[in-house]
Amino acid sequence: MKTNRRDFLKISGLGLGGILASRDIAQTAASTVDELFPGKKRIPTYCEVCFWKCAAWVKWNKKGELCKIVGNESDPLCKGRLCPRGTAGLGMYSDPDRLKTPLIRSYTRKGQYYREASWPEAIDYIASRTRKIINESGAESLALFSHGSGGKHFTRFLRALGSGNYTAPSYAQCRGPRDVAFKATYGTPLPSPEPLDIKNTNCLVLIGSHLGENMHNSQVQEMSQLIDRGVDIITVDPRLSTAAAHSTMWLPIKPATDLALLLAWMNVIIEEGLYDRNYIENYCFGFEDLQTHLEDKTPEWAASITNLDPEKIRKAARMMAQAAPSVIVHPGRHVTWYGDDTQRSRAIAILNALLGSYGRKGGIFIPQAAKIPSYPHPAYPKPKWDWKQTLNGRYSLAHLSVSNALIDASHPDNATDNKIRGWFIVGTNLIHTVPDIPRTIEALQNQDLVVVVDTMPAEITGYADVVLPECTYLERYDDLRASPYREATVAVRTPALKPKWLTKPAYWMVKKLAYKFGLQPYFNYSDYDDVLSWQANQMGISYTELVEKGMLKVPNPSNLYFDPVDQPTFNTATGMIELYSFAFEDEGFDPLPDYTEHPEPPDGYFRLNYGRAPMHTFSRTGNNHFLYDLYPESPVWVNPEVAENLGLRNGDRVILENSEGVSSEFSAKVRVTNRIGPDSVYMVHGFGHSDPRMKKTYAKGISDTQLMTNVMIDPVMGGTGMRGNFVKIRKKSREGLFS
Amino acid sequence: MRYAMAIDTRKCVGCGDCVVACQEQYDIPAGYCRSWIAEQVKGKYPNVSMEMRSERCNHCADAPCVVCCPTDSSHISEGGIVLTDPDLCIGCGACIESCPYDARYFDPVNGNATKCTFCHERVAGGKLPACVEVCPTYCMFFGDLDDPNAEITKLLRERDYKTLKPEMGTEPHIFYLS
Repeated sequence: MKTNRRDFLKISGLGLGGILASRDIAQTAASTVDELFPGKKRIPTYCEVCFWKCAAWVKWNKKGELCKIVGNESDPLCKGRLCPRGTAGLGMYSDPDRLKTPLIRSYTRKGQYYREASWPEAIDYIASRTRKIINESGAESLALFSHGSGGKHFTRFLRALGSGNYTAPSYAQCRGPRDVAFKATYGTPLPSPEPLDIKNTNCLVLIGSHLGENMHNSQVQEMSQLIDRGVDIITVDPRLSTAAAHSTMWLPIKPATDLALLLAWMNVIIEEGLYDRNYIENYCFGFEDLQTHLEDKTPEWAASITNLDPEKIRKAARMMAQAAPSVIVHPGRHVTWYGDDTQRSRAIAILNALLGSYGRKGGIFIPQAAKIPSYPHPAYPKPKWDWKQTLNGRYSLAHLSVSNALIDASHPDNATDNKIRGWFIVGTNLIHTVPDIPRTIEALQNQDLVVVVDTMPAEITGYADVVLPECTYLERYDDLRASPYREATVAVRTPALKPKWLTKPAYWMVKKLAYKFGLQPYFNYSDYDDVLSWQANQMGISYTELVEKGMLKVPNPSNLYFDPVDQPTFNTATGMIELYSFAFEDEGFDPLPDYTEHPEPPDGYFRLNYGRAPMHTFSRTGNNHFLYDLYPESPVWVNPEVAENLGLRNGDRVILENSEGVSSEFSAKVRVTNRIGPDSVYMVHGFGHSDPRMKKTYAKGISDTQLMTNVMIDPVMGGTGMRGNFVKIRKKSREGLFS
Repeated sequence: MRYAMAIDTRKCVGCGDCVVACQEQYDIPAGYCRSWIAEQVKGKYPNVSMEMRSERCNHCADAPCVVCCPTDSSHISEGGIVLTDPDLCIGCGACIESCPYDARYFDPVNGNATKCTFCHERVAGGKLPACVEVCPTYCMFFGDLDDPNAEITKLLRERDYKTLKPEMGTEPHIFYLS
């Protein structure tokens, strides 16, 4: 009955302009700084174009015109220099395709369309549908999918209603396996940003990490310092990535075999006695088991799997050991590849332990984070069930909610009593984020309410019942930033511009919604600086000074490195670093990581490897005019031999078709390059947008997510391995040469 | 004074921050740019190497664009910075044709030939060019080659470097450190 109830609405609302014109609130240019902030020339924020959240200044020129965004010079995450996305932040603000008013899905006999709505109308609509769901099946049947600062406000709203079903794709589609692996090994997951002492290291190993293509600002900056110092950088990548091209050693590994290499490195380090004996003795559990486990994982064994030279494998291991403990085997970030990702991440965690790098200078430091007191509110009601029950006995080591499990709980095939009936989606374009798009859409269609909060008409907004236009980070307050790093800091975001059109901050939306449910006490602020100044006061820092400086340092809660006097403790079963994991053993998973063989592409098919471009964040920056100009669409990289066999030339447009018969909706240009081997193709994630309301980026390039239909789920924690599909290349037509 | 730029190709990751900063600084219309990223790949997989470079007008000491300009609009200004005087430019395009680096284009707003100015106004005010100021890898250096203590002078003394298309004899003022 509900099938196709929610057509994907590609067209913008009928009668667009009515609400805007009638109230004369359309803005075409920014107000001058003198009008907004007399006497000020810069306003503090932290960047929201990616998740690194560099502290920054929005600046005006002498004429009082808004001019640029620059890094905050005292911020350890950017040291005064933003990446291209941060520099281009104004493009997000000025994007003419932004969502401008609330939209409500409406129905006529001819079909469905979005009707522009006022805020009271939209809030009423959401409240009445939400109330119906709560009355019928409890607040537990509401779920939140979010990413970024706006999502935090909606998390509070969901908790105040009584739901514990809030999730972020940054876990099961990204960092989750790594965090579970580090938690099992060291007792604590790695935070974001990763506490890697890159600037002090003497050897940096990148395996599945692409610094320079992912512009994780402080890490890229510090890698640059390593190049200056002539420090060894070892990059493992089937592709000559930017990092590989800047490395002292590049290991062009056969895709999907990284775990074999990691095991062989550990074998060399143990066999040759290169491990940190004191560290192992003092802090680690399970060394003997590990040693036995690795006996036959020789470089020769790994060479036959990885297509690498065994002597090069040995040499790399020795380079790491020589630098130890000032060595980092980078834990990576987007690690959901083949479904054995927690085990691969465990191997990385264990390798770091053998080298004694965790807790050591030049290795992995102990993250220092300011503790932000929570703004007073009544206790949240305890839900009768939450995301843990949606796992149904699966993914037993997941320590945060698994977005795909919540999608399962929302799907018509969910036979359990714990059903999700309403979705709030904030700042995450699930269509480009979660693989197996058809399943996500089936779950969406099964909902009684879908609310999407975004700044842009991303695809996901086309599936909503109500779309709420969020203002950009430049137009709002958000929570204080307390990113863990070498120094504990607090950074503040204050609005530098008036919200354009009818856009609003998320904290304002949840407050309005909360009133409808009598939940005002949970959102007891008039504007959000009430919260920020209260928190600053509680921490003993001056809010005025914080706004003046944008970012303040606060005392570090602990030592940065292990201290011989004050010995570290580890929150594991044994109280030690668990090379052998009891947590894994107890749940029936391999307590020591083992290599799993993954399927090979059939004849005529290639592995689909995807990655990042330094000027884009996921699928969210494609329409930013600065970044679009810089990189309008991702070409498909093809090895010259493959190109010759297939009769492809630079600039040919191709369609990719996966091994399950799914073809890319759009085409992309071929880029013939020796930076990739003959077994794979490569493209940058986040292109191939199917929503024409994003006029610049619409139909530009291919969506990798669309081709991910064979999802390899990690049994340990539910991560969605996204490299399970192979693709063949079909030529579309010949266009101009790619220069 | 001889202003010059040095770019460390060992560090440049081709992120394009320099390009965005320039676009923003000069409000460059969409589709045009005064700086860009070049990527040069050599070899056959897996024996392959790559260099990334941020490129722009080379501010040549022997600039073909200056020589060929019929109105003296294109000229060498203080510190060796090659500039175009918009009042003199007739939009003939000779400079655009003559540039071996393809650094010039017609400004779609006023029709004049235009390009990178080494941010001469910022530099006169004691600031760095906009691109150099933002670079997150610190791979870009700007300074006066006549100043023996300038970082750029030291770098060029100590490091290997190249210029682009030296065979053209243009004597570029952008140096690529290797």
